[in-house]
Amino acid sequence: MNNKIIYLDNNATTKIDEKVLESMLPYMKEEYANPSSMYDFSKKSSNAIKEARGVIKDFVNAADEKEIIFTSCGTESANTAIRGVLNYNKNKKHIITTKVEHPCVLNVYKHLEKQGYKVDYIGVNSNGELDLEQLEQAITPDTALVSVMWANNETGVLNPIEKVSQIIKSKNKEAKLFVDAVQVAGKIPIDVQANGIDLLGISGHKFHAPKGVGALYINSKTMITPLIIGGHQERGKRAGTENVPYIVGLAKAAELAQDSLEFEATEIKRLRDKLESNILKTIYNARLNTGVANRVPNTTNIGFEYIEGELILLHLSDIGICASSGSACTSGSLEPSHVLRAMNVPFTAIHGSIRWSLSRFTTEDEIDYVIEKLPSIIEKVTSISPYQKELEQLKALHSK
Amino acid sequence: MWDYSEKVMDHYRNPRNVGTIDDADAIGSAGSLACGDQLKIYLKIKDNIVTDAKFQTFGCGSAVASSSILTEMIIGKTVDEVRKITNKDIADELGGLPPEKMHCSVMGYEALEDALKSYHADGYIDLEELKGEETKEKMICTCFQVTENVIWDAIKQNGLKTVEEVTNYTKAGGACGKCRSAIQDIINTYYNKEKSEESMTTTQWILKVNNVIETQISPELQKDGGDIELVDIKNKTIYVKLKGRCSGCKNSTMTLKSFAEKILQDSLGSDITIIEVK
Repeated sequence: MNNKIIYLDNNATTKIDEKVLESMLPYMKEEYANPSSMYDFSKKSSNAIKEARGVIKDFVNAADEKEIIFTSCGTESANTAIRGVLNYNKNKKHIITTKVEHPCVLNVYKHLEKQGYKVDYIGVNSNGELDLEQLEQAITPDTALVSVMWANNETGVLNPIEKVSQIIKSKNKEAKLFVDAVQVAGKIPIDVQANGIDLLGISGHKFHAPKGVGALYINSKTMITPLIIGGHQERGKRAGTENVPYIVGLAKAAELAQDSLEFEATEIKRLRDKLESNILKTIYNARLNTGVANRVPNTTNIGFEYIEGELILLHLSDIGICASSGSACTSGSLEPSHVLRAMNVPFTAIHGSIRWSLSRFTTEDEIDYVIEKLPSIIEKVTSISPYQKELEQLKALHSK
Repeated sequence: MWDYSEKVMDHYRNPRNVGTIDDADAIGSAGSLACGDQLKIYLKIKDNIVTDAKFQTFGCGSAVASSSILTEMIIGKTVDEVRKITNKDIADELGGLPPEKMHCSVMGYEALEDALKSYHADGYIDLEELKGEETKEKMICTCFQVTENVIWDAIKQNGLKTVEEVTNYTKAGGACGKCRSAIQDIINTYYNKEKSEESMTTTQWILKVNNVIETQISPELQKDGGDIELVDIKNKTIYVKLKGRCSGCKNSTMTLKSFAEKILQDSLGSDITIIEVK
């Protein structure tokens, strides 16, 4: 076994950019003052936060710095947004979301359902694209909140947020739109104003900042009841002494991500497409789970029929390749991915679905290595499957 | 990342005895493609000894390891010895499995049991015919197609005490979760049966039933101006009389079945039936 790590699981988390780490270090060493303090020594900390807020404001193209609050992660951003809007506006009891949201959002709604909210879960088609007609029909005067992820973490499929916003506002001007943007931050440009977004959450560790920091955009016309009560920090919307070094790191990561958006759209996309087309060409029981859907540039989700994902991942791990699977066995739950189920991925392929997610640190050599090694791993796993007859048929189809 | 033993890793990396046996004397299977794991096992038996075993598995690392080691465990053994192998033996031989993966060892056991069910020294029975028999068993978990017998065996062989453990070992209850109360009932019944069969006299049983009625059921009915009285007990059948406002109430059957019987079943086991004496 070699020690080389080929990390193709960047939708799970990313490595910290060296420049991000460097930017944080002074605030972990000498500049440790509480930004709320009154002496000169705290000026550097409080200025750092102010600057960081400006950077994140630009990163999502908010109108005002006041619209940005810092949080501890994407999950906190989502919880603050969702519960914050609903608790502020308690007379409305209807929520709309999608069947393919991340669990950090989905489980909040499952919880709210138990508290008496009515939640509509909008479906997707077999490519993972949102059913906009169903969304439009679901909106009522009682709808308090619509929550739609920008890109799906498992498939990378993008939702047409601008269109979603138009649909919502045309039927109910009061209803708020929360966008979980965790999987688009650093991958495509974010513009909250152009897309008519009321609240938007991001998480640092998905774009080369460390774990433990996120941000939430709340537009100035949207009121929330805070989730975390205490001091006056973040204009009372999120109490707790600011995590200065991590906030600085988040901002640095956002700057670097902003600068590499072009690279993301061209080079990373090229490598992703190379990996994808080679797998589909050389492996007869591979299928692209998203079809022609519009996706973020770094993600591909490929199902391998009649074999199971965990076993593929274990063999990949043995040669240093890190990816993830929507299979039941990997997650510890017994059911395969709710996203792939919502897409009606055939059950012959759902358990063998593998997500590959690249980053700006992924190299062409790494992609070539995967392209070289994967066929023999799939072959090995396929050879012990009880479905040899079905596999033979697939093979015949593929060679045609 | 699962904490797999060296042996588990060795077996999924280099599975032994993969394949099929064309003239197998016994074939067994467990699991399904839809459920996420499936195992097929083929046995060659000569003079009551398993001379060869092969497997094919659709499943995760621990499923492959369980199947692979099972074939090693049974080759060279007599049919009677093989019949005694439990899922626990498979897991132990692998140096243990993570709790959430115990169902893989159960799948090995089930496939083996299935194969031996079809084995008769004079030849082997049509598998489809057996499948038909199997479906007659009471299905508890419809998501993963787990029958009462499989759950019962897992409880018995591994001393399982909670629904979560049953889910880890059999997958039952791991998806929609609707059958969790039914699994709890099976656990209760299993341990009540053990207890009642071991030690309880008829008098103790009557006192126990009466205690549940007096402390849990009667006070609730009294709130609505009714009451309930124990008339007779015949094993698990309990005869009661409804009194006060309950007696003429048109909802009395519902009170009896969905309320009183449920409380008795929760406390004393799911095989309790309640009957009203007018």
